[in-house]
Amino acid sequence: MSLDDSYTTPDGRTIGGVLMEMKNITLRFGGVTAIEDISFDIREGEIRAIIGPNGAGKSSMLNVINGFYHPQDGEIWYKGERRQAMKPHAIARQGIARTFQNIALFNGMSTLDNIMTGRLTHMKSNMILQAIWKGPAEREETVNREKVEEVIDFLEIQSIRKTPVGRLPYGLQKRVELARALAAEPSLLLLDEPMAGMNVEEKEDMSRFILDVNDEFGTTIALIEHDMGVVMDISDRVVVMDYGKKIGDGTPAEVRANQEVIDAYLGVSHD
Amino acid sequence: MWYREAGDFKKTYSEDSQTFPIRLDRIGYFVILLVAVLVVPFFITSYAANAVLVPFLIYAIAVLGLNILTGYCGQVSLGTGGFMAVGAYASYKLMTSFPDLNIFFVVILAGFVTAAVGMMFGLPSLRIKGFYLAVATLAAQFFLVWLFNKVPWFYNYSASGQINAPERTLLGYIITGPNTSPSAKYLFCLAFVILLAWIARNLTRGTLGRSWMAIRDMDIAAEIIGVNPLKAKLSAFGVSSFFIGIAGALYFTVYLGAVEVGEAFGITQSFLVLFMVIIGGLGSILGSFAGAAFLVLMPVLLKNVLVGGMGWPTDIAAHFEFIIVGGLIITFLILEPHGLAQLWRIIKEKMRLWPFPH
Repeated sequence: MSLDDSYTTPDGRTIGGVLMEMKNITLRFGGVTAIEDISFDIREGEIRAIIGPNGAGKSSMLNVINGFYHPQDGEIWYKGERRQAMKPHAIARQGIARTFQNIALFNGMSTLDNIMTGRLTHMKSNMILQAIWKGPAEREETVNREKVEEVIDFLEIQSIRKTPVGRLPYGLQKRVELARALAAEPSLLLLDEPMAGMNVEEKEDMSRFILDVNDEFGTTIALIEHDMGVVMDISDRVVVMDYGKKIGDGTPAEVRANQEVIDAYLGVSHD
Repeated sequence: MWYREAGDFKKTYSEDSQTFPIRLDRIGYFVILLVAVLVVPFFITSYAANAVLVPFLIYAIAVLGLNILTGYCGQVSLGTGGFMAVGAYASYKLMTSFPDLNIFFVVILAGFVTAAVGMMFGLPSLRIKGFYLAVATLAAQFFLVWLFNKVPWFYNYSASGQINAPERTLLGYIITGPNTSPSAKYLFCLAFVILLAWIARNLTRGTLGRSWMAIRDMDIAAEIIGVNPLKAKLSAFGVSSFFIGIAGALYFTVYLGAVEVGEAFGITQSFLVLFMVIIGGLGSILGSFAGAAFLVLMPVLLKNVLVGGMGWPTDIAAHFEFIIVGGLIITFLILEPHGLAQLWRIIKEKMRLWPFPH
């Protein structure tokens, strides 16, 4: 299987060429090497999981992808071009959105306003037009509100539209955060432990939403998750990290059979 | 009973995002607006204008300005007095250098000058946050007052160091100077209040307002979803200073007429406006008005009660005024830390169910 070929998964989705490629990424904080010489790629339309024990450098990797950290070594290629070091808000404009391990919603705002912030990169009217409101600014607001309402319908959070997000239960907050990221209509969606702290039912809901997003919008997803059942079920390919190094990469079946991965992370059942 | 949204269906998204979603609110707003524009000017006395209404309107503008910066964008500023001074001195220089320039444009231009100065002093906000930023803006306060005292060009080399507003007219009515009628003062300020409150509302409900609030609530997440912190913070400083500059210009030209910078625009002025923001409610347009009304009206009311009603000597009454206002501020903040706006919100929630308990 060559890198640029597209192929069809057993469940009928088409996986395209390489969307993002990380080449020999090394990230250090002073004397600590968080990521050491890691290369992997994310293909268009796939669900790519990054797994590994705590402190393996998974979240740092997402932070490198969306420009929050700048690696000391290595190249990042996105949509066929080498990406220069740039600010996170500029990277957001290139179509990369994410959610956070610890929910990072804007607590002073309603659910609707939170999701509307996800549309910021699509809204262009300047300060003067906004001050006048009537006319272009209001039209733009309405157009973007329609998009946001689609996301709200999709994630089934209509009833909490006007609720301040601080009042919502944890599971719903996670969903609102996903909605905010989706509202940006990203080409690449990064999910940092989308199911952490959820009960089984909430996890099932979230898994379904992730699969639906991928299926309906064709969004490429890279996710970090600790629940191996979920990861092995929903992802197309898995990268395994340990102490900042890549110890495995491949389909869930390949990763599960990898002895190094079993030793470092998966373990064996004792029965 | 009458105050509820039942039956008031929203059919479009723009209807849903209107300022007053409840019908009674809309009616109330227009009634207040009509009374303020069409009724008050005919009954206004010189005392009512100078002691209550004009300072209330001017402070309302300043509070709206600071609320945009502190309440919406989360950047604490103690430089309000200094920025008001920039507005005042800019309007003075404009009035004396261009005597034919219409007073309306003088005030607007003074706002733009202040916006530029405010953005300059807002630059440190890109690096520092919270208390440290407050200290940086405090430096702006002291520097600006010092500048207007030290450089004679700003007060046209007058012997007293004061600036005096020359007489200017608008549509044939005298707006500034000692011969201004109370209703002209009032209406001129009211026009700015209506215009600026409308702008503040529009800016805070749209994209810009959301990016300000995103920066306020969680700046890292805001940047990662595409808010440019530089643009968001500097635009907040700019808009905020624009409002405060206009308030300063009106404070000097219309309200006081003659100003000595250290007295009129000192650090106490900065704190007064900040108190109004906090008491009114951070991040609320209505709260800005409530806060300004509270701190302008309270001392006047107390004075009338203590001196007029109970016959106390004025000096003792003045001291008690401070004690009572201070006590009220503390009481308020303990009872409702989110300000008068939150109190109003709670009352409205209750009103929807009234007279039924649930």
